Amino acid sequence: MTWKPQASLEVLRLRARLLARIRNFFEARGVLEVETPVLGHAGVTDPFIESLRSGELYLQTSPELAMKRLLAAGSGPIFQICKAFRAGEAGTRHNPEFTMLEWYQPGYDHHALMDEVDLLIQEVLEAESAERETFGALFLRYVGLDPHTADRNALERVARVVGEAPFAASELEVDDWLNLLMARVIEPQLGQDRPFFVYDYPVCLKALARLRDETPPVAERFELYYRGMELANGYHELTDLREQRARFEDDRKRREALGLAAVHEDGPFLDALEAGLPKSAGVALGFDRLVMIAASATSIRDVLSFPLDTP
Amino acid sequence: MASSYGINQLRTGLKILVDNAPCVIIDLDLVKPGKGQAFTRVKFRNLKTGRMLEKTVKSGESIEGADVLETEMQYLYSDGEFWHYMDPNSYEQYQADAAAVGDASKWLKEEMQCSVTLYNNVIIQVTPPMFVELEVIETEPGIRGDTAGTGGKTAKLETGTVVRVPLFVQLGEKLKLDTRTGEYVGRVKV
Repeated sequence: MTWKPQASLEVLRLRARLLARIRNFFEARGVLEVETPVLGHAGVTDPFIESLRSGELYLQTSPELAMKRLLAAGSGPIFQICKAFRAGEAGTRHNPEFTMLEWYQPGYDHHALMDEVDLLIQEVLEAESAERETFGALFLRYVGLDPHTADRNALERVARVVGEAPFAASELEVDDWLNLLMARVIEPQLGQDRPFFVYDYPVCLKALARLRDETPPVAERFELYYRGMELANGYHELTDLREQRARFEDDRKRREALGLAAVHEDGPFLDALEAGLPKSAGVALGFDRLVMIAASATSIRDVLSFPLDTP
Repeated sequence: MASSYGINQLRTGLKILVDNAPCVIIDLDLVKPGKGQAFTRVKFRNLKTGRMLEKTVKSGESIEGADVLETEMQYLYSDGEFWHYMDPNSYEQYQADAAAVGDASKWLKEEMQCSVTLYNNVIIQVTPPMFVELEVIETEPGIRGDTAGTGGKTAKLETGTVVRVPLFVQLGEKLKLDTRTGEYVGRVKV
């Protein structure tokens, strides 16, 4: 019976209800729904995300850069519900094609946006209001190390004690260890009763977040966890052209060091940054995972009509 | 020599070498933060000890394959220390030690076909057939008419193994037994 959908019709009806609730939420707040292309000329530069290609074109791994061009053009607050594609990502929480909810609020910082994400989750999932803790305090509490200063050796020692060190442990950088310990040790315990925000990340996990110069310096990034699963990732957005170019250059070098194909940076996006991206905060939320929580599903496959089959 | 596998070549059922021990992959899952290095969580069973273990592997790593072969062999005899088997195709003989035979020894009878796991051409595991037929060599006299099989008694089989059987089972009868549970299934009509 392989022609039949994987998700039950009941879950598919739930998906439709959640989509409607999200659109109502944004309509009531005057956030404009937009669409940006799924197919484009630029791939993702992030060394740990691989684009799917179609000839010379790339399927988008996220609508982020196109939406920032809309912000630079003066769109005001915008949201989008779209498909995104990432090569090779398949598992109980990943499907190579997935649905993303992404939105931007000019004038917001990451705390103001966390407030809004919190309200959305309360409304859409009927959840309680969220808890909030800095990455530094959280890491110290669960792992016993300060993530802003811990070195590779200290992180590896802890990982070995909890049985989480991979075979090729010597190849891992500080950011890899932080991500691994977060994903394997901390994440399963987060947000069991109510949604949980982690914010202000170590600089090595900055991605596209703005840095705040204090001691230690932090990246104004946040993630949302609920029922032991990462649901969303957001930033007080980087708007500085020079800093953005430097981060693309870091990506390029790391891709080269890892022996990955070179990816050209997104020219029109850099032009938009030069023209001026308003100070804003943005967040991407995995819609399929939201449905997983609403449906109490343990695999993403059970909330997709037709998940991509593994060969 | 077995080859090595890249992370995206890993599949359940694949035999791999972990800390020099042959293992079989039971389950795989992707661990991938939105931003950052992808890892794969591999759940595997040690083929020698049966222990279930888990390991995180980084994308780009490779894992050594284990030269493991599963095949059918005929059980010949035991000399008290080793259990001897023959490959019915090559007539080549193999010996298995007590660790490899394990609980299978309770059911082994000459000429029985067993599935064996070979690692580097040495038997590391023996699995008896799911059902075996063995003769009763010792039991209390059967009670005729008690076909309901209520209550029960013990019976010693020709392999020396003692099992619980219904009261009507007679000395000299052949019984069908489930080797996975060690339970009596029925009498074999001769």
